[in-house]
Amino acid sequence: MDRRDMTISAWRQQLQSGEVSSRELVDQHLKRLESSEPSLNAFVEVTAEKARAEALRIDEARAAGKELGPLGGVPLAIKDNLCTKGVRTTCSSRMLEQFVPPYESTVTERLWQAGGVLVGKTNLDEFAMGGSTETSAFGATQNPWNTAYVPGGSSGGSAAAVAAGSCVASLGSDTGGSIRQPASFCGVVGLKPTYGRVSRWGLVAFASSLDQVGPFAGSVADVAELLQVIAGPDPRDSTCLDASVPDFSAGLNQPIKGLKVGVIKECFDAEGLDAEVKASVQASAAQLEALGAELVEVSCPRFNDGIATYYVIAPSEASANLARYDGVKYGFRAEDAESLAAMTARSRAEGFGAEVQRRILIGTYALSAGYVDAYYKKAQQVRTLIRRDFDAAFQSVDVLLTPTAPSTAFKAGAHADDPLAMYLADLLTIPVNLAGLPAISVPCGFSAAGLPIGMQLIGNVLDEPRLLQVAHQYEQAAQVFASRPEAALVP
Amino acid sequence: MADAATQPAWEAVIGLETHVQLGTDSKIFTAASTTFGDDPNTHIDPVVCGLPGTLPVLNQKVLEYAVKAAMALNLNIAEHSKFDRKQYFYPDLPKNYQISQYDEPIAEEGWIEVEVAEKGKDTYLKTIGIERLHMEEDAGKLVHAGSDRLAGSTHSLVDYNRAGVALAEIVSKPDLRTGREAAEYASEIRRIMRYLGVSDGNMQEGSLRCDVNISVRRGPNAPFGTKVEIKNMNSFSAIQKACEYEIKRQIKAYETGEQIVQETRLWDEGKQLTKSMRSKEGASDYRYFPDPDLGPIEVSADQRESWRAELPELPAVKRHRYADDLGLSQYDARVLTDERPMADYFEAVVGAGADAKLAANWITGDIAAHVNSNRLSYAELPFRPEQLAEMVQLIDGGKISGKIAKEILPELLEKGGSPKAIVDERGLGMISDPAAIEAIVDELLGAHPDEVEAFRGGKTKLQGFFVGQLMKKTGGKADPKLANQILSKKLKG
Repeated sequence: MDRRDMTISAWRQQLQSGEVSSRELVDQHLKRLESSEPSLNAFVEVTAEKARAEALRIDEARAAGKELGPLGGVPLAIKDNLCTKGVRTTCSSRMLEQFVPPYESTVTERLWQAGGVLVGKTNLDEFAMGGSTETSAFGATQNPWNTAYVPGGSSGGSAAAVAAGSCVASLGSDTGGSIRQPASFCGVVGLKPTYGRVSRWGLVAFASSLDQVGPFAGSVADVAELLQVIAGPDPRDSTCLDASVPDFSAGLNQPIKGLKVGVIKECFDAEGLDAEVKASVQASAAQLEALGAELVEVSCPRFNDGIATYYVIAPSEASANLARYDGVKYGFRAEDAESLAAMTARSRAEGFGAEVQRRILIGTYALSAGYVDAYYKKAQQVRTLIRRDFDAAFQSVDVLLTPTAPSTAFKAGAHADDPLAMYLADLLTIPVNLAGLPAISVPCGFSAAGLPIGMQLIGNVLDEPRLLQVAHQYEQAAQVFASRPEAALVP
Repeated sequence: MADAATQPAWEAVIGLETHVQLGTDSKIFTAASTTFGDDPNTHIDPVVCGLPGTLPVLNQKVLEYAVKAAMALNLNIAEHSKFDRKQYFYPDLPKNYQISQYDEPIAEEGWIEVEVAEKGKDTYLKTIGIERLHMEEDAGKLVHAGSDRLAGSTHSLVDYNRAGVALAEIVSKPDLRTGREAAEYASEIRRIMRYLGVSDGNMQEGSLRCDVNISVRRGPNAPFGTKVEIKNMNSFSAIQKACEYEIKRQIKAYETGEQIVQETRLWDEGKQLTKSMRSKEGASDYRYFPDPDLGPIEVSADQRESWRAELPELPAVKRHRYADDLGLSQYDARVLTDERPMADYFEAVVGAGADAKLAANWITGDIAAHVNSNRLSYAELPFRPEQLAEMVQLIDGGKISGKIAKEILPELLEKGGSPKAIVDERGLGMISDPAAIEAIVDELLGAHPDEVEAFRGGKTKLQGFFVGQLMKKTGGKADPKLANQILSKKLKG
């Protein structure tokens, strides 16, 4: 039996029947975590003691006949940019190395209420800025399929932890592809919900109009289960949509016969698209067709303007969001500064890494008097055009299909001196954030080098049920892991 | 070049930026309390402190107060507006950006009517344009050790109790021409805010803060001169004096060939002058952009109308009504409408049937003196409006004299009660029976034969002596008109 068949629902049955205890389930995952962690560095902090105590408490509650939530006793990992009350939340930055939030993020609060057990906080690119989890102040995370390769980013720790079996599922955040791209690189399922489907309260902001929290898991069904728990309105987040939450698992087994799958022409023509990736995703398209879906070629002419647009809007918002880290109230403070201005400047220069500083500078520039019209405002206009392209496409199709990333995982250090090359890794995911749409990355094959390939399905606003249905049907039919390469760290 | 003597006279051009603290119980974007004067950092929460991962949510009461304030200033309310981030680094600003409104404020294009009254000059009305009103969050407060400013201090402490308190910033058009006009304008803004109940307008506590923009030019057709900003005035008289000082300073500078530089100056209340604080040459770039954490602000037509229906009668309308419909003097109308509780009290007295002018005299005189010196509120004054109305009617109807009214007033102010019952119980009613007065007059004349003799010999001034004696004998209750008539007749023999 493949580990991926042990879905949350399968574990739930075993937990309920007493075949396995929560304590055993947590121990089993912590054991894998502890053995793989030296090679992966997927975690900033492992909360083993807390997890064991919590699992015990859940077992006792179950024994006492208490009603448990849908995730009762399931071990989970959380990206370290989601605030956890009393547990350090670092954003993998020296700036917040010692920051312990006095409040819980909405998404994690909902997970704990549903019975989820925290095994640890996962590593990320500093403040979620990066595509390889190499900009973490606490060391890079490695890809469990081959530790010479990056796990993707910025949620690389959360993706690697699921791939390595250190937890059943995890949460990440996605601003330009930070869930989908590492899901693709690590051979797991990752979902970025519709902007506003999930509350951002307690998510440390990178680019507020793009950031969205979403789940990683071994299967589409598990991703649907996690989304069910974390989705829904939140009075603490004005941008969280006041939309009712459908049953995301209900339609998974519906056949997709007759559904229209749009294949975005510009994505497959994109320069730099790896041939193996292209072939794999095209084969997946054929698989969808075999399931009865109708393939429709669609054009999103502005799709490839996404990167340029994103790298104005995201840094602009980030430059303001990260202004609060000044050494005055919390976080890192430079010692012995001779003046207030020097204290602020030095705290930021010493507390932030190079990539974060680069983006703050880009954003500050783009919003400066004399440049704001040419950059920020122009980018907002292009953003509208990109959104309209998607609107037009969804007039004729149910979901859109693209590769998740132009390539499989790249080698650690490959883009160390070339930030632009790194930015291009998000070419196919960024337009989705700009349009606020939901999208999922599903494993669809392996490269000759034994690295996973992911395909991206994009849905219309709030149409996660349809997106999950197509992804699940594909996953069940394709059985990609039936002929998976061997990897010591991937159970 | 024109001869100096033929040049038009100097004219000042003044505009005010007024920050009004909106008096909601909680802050603009979070539930933390807005209480003033407590220990530092006791009214803060993660949102106030800008902790990572926190988000602002607009307090709907703030929106209501801002819209009502805007309506009272005759501004157009925007159906859609938004919040922006104004970015600058300063430790009193927890996020290092202030959530404010930049290019789409909640309200634009309004006006108020100001009554400009100055001792020794004619009172006049002037309409002052208002550019805009927008909502924003207040900053915290720095306390510097070893210096009154950041520069030179050994260390500084920061108190975030005020951070996140809701402000309405009201920007006037440059329609003001004198210090007095500026002070009257600011005072009218305060009066309107207090009428609405959206702010206490307390200048000492910083609930109302005014910044002045001021320049001078040669007559109304000349281009604007270089603008100087003045801060730190915490009374209306300080606003007036600061403007007057600055106008003189600028004129003198121009006349002696000096340049006026664009700068911010502080009013020094102790020295009664303005002094340079910082040059504004390198204008700040606040890098405004729309706050992505807050959605658009939408006020529906229904919502607008329901808030409009809740607006009270405003001071300018009241002033006109008191003068035009009730026949009060401009001065009385102004005094009575200065504070809404006094106006409400006055209107209740008139509503209970008292003559408006008489009621106005009592209220602006003895009653106001009593309320002010005892720091009472009109709402809790034991002497209720209908009781004052009863007293005014007793006087107006000739039932008691003004003198008697003054005598029983302290007791009424202290304990309240029916003036009529007191008058009846103590027999204080006016003696207006001619026979009774004649009897007393006869008695008086009999008791003072020498004075009667002198009067009849031409010392007519002695009538006053007899009036005094008569009032003394009747305890002030004799109808003065009747008493004089009878005295005159009898003295003449």
